[in-house]
Amino acid sequence: MKFGVCVFPGSNCDYDTYYVIRDVLERDVRFIYHNETDLKDVDVLILPGGFSFGDYVRPGLLASKTALMDAVIDFAHKGGIVLGICNGFQILTEAGLLPGALLPNINGRFICKDVYIRIETNSRILTNKLKKGEALRLPIAHHDGRYYVDDKTLKELEENEQIIFRYADKEGNANGETNPNGSISNIAGICNKEGNVFGMMPHPERASEDVLGNHDGLMLWYSLIS
Amino acid sequence: MKVRILIMPKEGLLDPQGRAVTELLTSKGYKIESAKVGKVIEMEVDDSVDIEEIAKKYLVNPLIESYKVEKE
Repeated sequence: MKFGVCVFPGSNCDYDTYYVIRDVLERDVRFIYHNETDLKDVDVLILPGGFSFGDYVRPGLLASKTALMDAVIDFAHKGGIVLGICNGFQILTEAGLLPGALLPNINGRFICKDVYIRIETNSRILTNKLKKGEALRLPIAHHDGRYYVDDKTLKELEENEQIIFRYADKEGNANGETNPNGSISNIAGICNKEGNVFGMMPHPERASEDVLGNHDGLMLWYSLIS
Repeated sequence: MKVRILIMPKEGLLDPQGRAVTELLTSKGYKIESAKVGKVIEMEVDDSVDIEEIAKKYLVNPLIESYKVEKE
């Protein structure tokens, strides 16, 4: 299984992600630049965090219109696995590969802290090594993480088990107090109906080694490669 | 021709920037009911350019934004 880490001007979690895949998971990985279109050699694509194109106009918008993203859309439509983290999640919603949008945080501020997220389903490939209801501690670092979707689509997300993570507490209780950014229904991560495209605001690549004080993100990577 | 696309947060969605402006002006004693912060994209374009297409396809997210086009 070969990974590709997509790099746009302004991506800044690209090397962290590359490092975790190469050195921690010991899997084959290469960077893929925003003007590349040949994805034949990769099986899993990661859209890393950062501020692609300076978040100009809207976070993720300009990256979603690049030649690489045209190829990523094609890759996803053919069933390829895609994971967008933070800015990567924003790019995937702007590209129409995932429903909804990421709005500015409800408190108007950039939030950088550890949060707990509850596993809502383990029937998807990103969480199949985890238990439903279990909570992971992962860092968030974003200004525009307030997930929004209309009521009809929210219902579909719930019915199709597309909600993967909800912001919660250590025990896995999700409520208004455990919602850092005002996301609808505490949503921290989703997938598409087919289950091959994932988006999440927390950063598992920043929590995948003991030396960093947290390896809660590792089980997501292990799920992905199993 | 000169055109402007005025993009606003959609009605009913919380706009933290607008809320901050409302709070600032209210604290200064102004009677402000509400404020919204949007953005303007001003372009110099050939008359043949389809502005609506550009807005819908590239610049506006209809789930969270509304827009109008002004032409000079």
